[in-house]
Amino acid sequence: MCMRKIVAFLLCCAVYPVCANDSPHLGKPAPQGLEKAWNGDIFPNGKGLPAGSGNAITGKKVYTQYCLSCHGVDGTGGSAEELAGAKHGLTDNPPDKTIGTYWPYATTVFDFTRRAMPLNAPGSLNHDQLYAVTAYLLYLNHLIQETQLMNASTLPKVKMPNRNGFINQYQAR
Amino acid sequence: MSEENPVATVAGGGLLDRRLFLKKGLVFSALALSTENALAVVNNAPRPPWTAKPGQPFSNYGQPSQYERKTIRWTMGNAMAAGNGVSCTPLQDLEGIITPSGLHFERHHNGVPEIDPAQHQLLIHGLVEQALTFNMADLQRYPMTSVLCFIECGGNSNAGWQSKPVETQVGYFHGMASCSEWTGIPLRILLAEARVKSSANWLIAEGADASLMNVSLPLDKALDDCILALYQNGERIRPENGYPLRLIAPGWEGVVNVKWLRRLHLTDQPVMARNETAKYTELLPSGKARQFSFVMEAKSLITQPSFGHKLNAKGIYQISGLAWSGRGKIIRVEVSADGGKTWAQAQLQEPVLSKCFTRFRIPWHWTGKPAVLKSRAIDETGYVQPERAELLEKQGAHGYFHYNAIVSWEVTANGSIHHVYA
Ligand code: HEC
Repeated sequence: MCMRKIVAFLLCCAVYPVCANDSPHLGKPAPQGLEKAWNGDIFPNGKGLPAGSGNAITGKKVYTQYCLSCHGVDGTGGSAEELAGAKHGLTDNPPDKTIGTYWPYATTVFDFTRRAMPLNAPGSLNHDQLYAVTAYLLYLNHLIQETQLMNASTLPKVKMPNRNGFINQYQAR
Repeated sequence: MSEENPVATVAGGGLLDRRLFLKKGLVFSALALSTENALAVVNNAPRPPWTAKPGQPFSNYGQPSQYERKTIRWTMGNAMAAGNGVSCTPLQDLEGIITPSGLHFERHHNGVPEIDPAQHQLLIHGLVEQALTFNMADLQRYPMTSVLCFIECGGNSNAGWQSKPVETQVGYFHGMASCSEWTGIPLRILLAEARVKSSANWLIAEGADASLMNVSLPLDKALDDCILALYQNGERIRPENGYPLRLIAPGWEGVVNVKWLRRLHLTDQPVMARNETAKYTELLPSGKARQFSFVMEAKSLITQPSFGHKLNAKGIYQISGLAWSGRGKIIRVEVSADGGKTWAQAQLQEPVLSKCFTRFRIPWHWTGKPAVLKSRAIDETGYVQPERAELLEKQGAHGYFHYNAIVSWEVTANGSIHHVYA
């Protein structure tokens, strides 16, 4: 524990009447496999990306079958939000926030799609389908070529135009 | 003092001393409302029907009066996906500071999961010496504490960014803010048990809903005042509010108060989830966006009277409203009845708690002339809730999240109330 955390820890002990000493210590060592089964977090550097691959050509088929009904033709939006086809930049009125104009990391597209989409059947796509539909969304946003293969090593390397567009507001105490 | 005004005003537009109602008898004797005759009991007079027969039997779980059925959450679901959207707390119909659990606002990304607590567990893993799981029954044995705090969605009040004032009731506009007593285990106790490594700076919290909603939270906050809540307002958390386990991060935007919590991943960096990049970031006029702007800054609004209410006669009204700040306690709320030319201090109702709704009140004598009512909150850090023009000047009009500008209600000569930018 670094000094900052020790101080924070002692401080909360003072604020709350309960302290770690009162803890019954009932946590059980996490069973083998649970961490692997549950941990779907994918980091900007690609950590967490699974095996598999796909390109925009197969991705278009996945998109048409599983995504188009809500996100519209070419990702231009429908009952669910627009994913591609921005007509304005971020300083225009109104600004157009899409994967191409706004999202800082390509890995987030894979992470979010795997955990939450398609909305009516989350978790139903396999990893090849997920890489393919991710590739299709990146292609629609003019970020990669139609035949470019997305996998655990190529996806984190996709250059996102708004990669440096965010200002961290959080100041650690 | 005008002839119409029986008591001294403390600011323009007819605002009266905030202590007036507390000085017993003063106003009421001055206004001499005679109700004696109406209340007199006359023998053998016909009785109101509910006094003339036995009432209803006991009930296992109480419900609001049948005459209060209009006090409901307004739900706004997605046309293609009923469980995607929001519902809002009807702030204009409520008093005090606690939001009834059934009226707490909702934001679901993909519906309310029906979690069997016997099958639910919490996993703490990543940069810890020992990855641990906890079941819900065992968590009951841990030391608990209560936090009374508001939860406000980062997107609350976002209609305020629109160039024309949207005319709708307070709940629709600002009702993605609610306040509860949350009871549970200080998070640092469970983190201590897993023994967090010194390289950890963040934790990624994940819910067990159909979107496996995840979001990153700085470890400092987790060690400071976060709790893992099992109870809301005394009873187990309602399914739509995170049953059986919810992460409570007092004062921070709703999205990090992860519902249906199943996993805490200790890391050295944020995961850059969709809900901390594409969403819950505020675009500035420069084209850059604010990220990890967790704290909900001080805000206040008048809930009585407000849009949709009507003043039917001249005379004394009690202005009532809510103020809160994600940085700590509200120390002062000022109210104006002349569009911000002059301000008077409102009475803060006890208790005044950190990161919690604070109820403020001030009596006001309406003379029947047009008026513009405003409130502004000041918190213990000295932060003053900004006028809308100030907020726009600083952040532009396209931030979407974290709108906390002063709200103005125009009272017209006929007593109707409108939302205005003034
Ligand atoms: C039943 C309708 C529906 C289907 C089908 C669907 N989505 Fe979605 N999608 C939504 C909704 C609604 C949201 C907004 C979710 C929220 O509010 O958190 C969303 C959000 C998204 C987002 C985030 C957008 C943003 O700007 O934050 C992405 C990316 C996405 N969907 C990709 C997909 C992909 C890829 C598929 C097909 C595999 C798909 N969706 C299928 C309804 C749908």
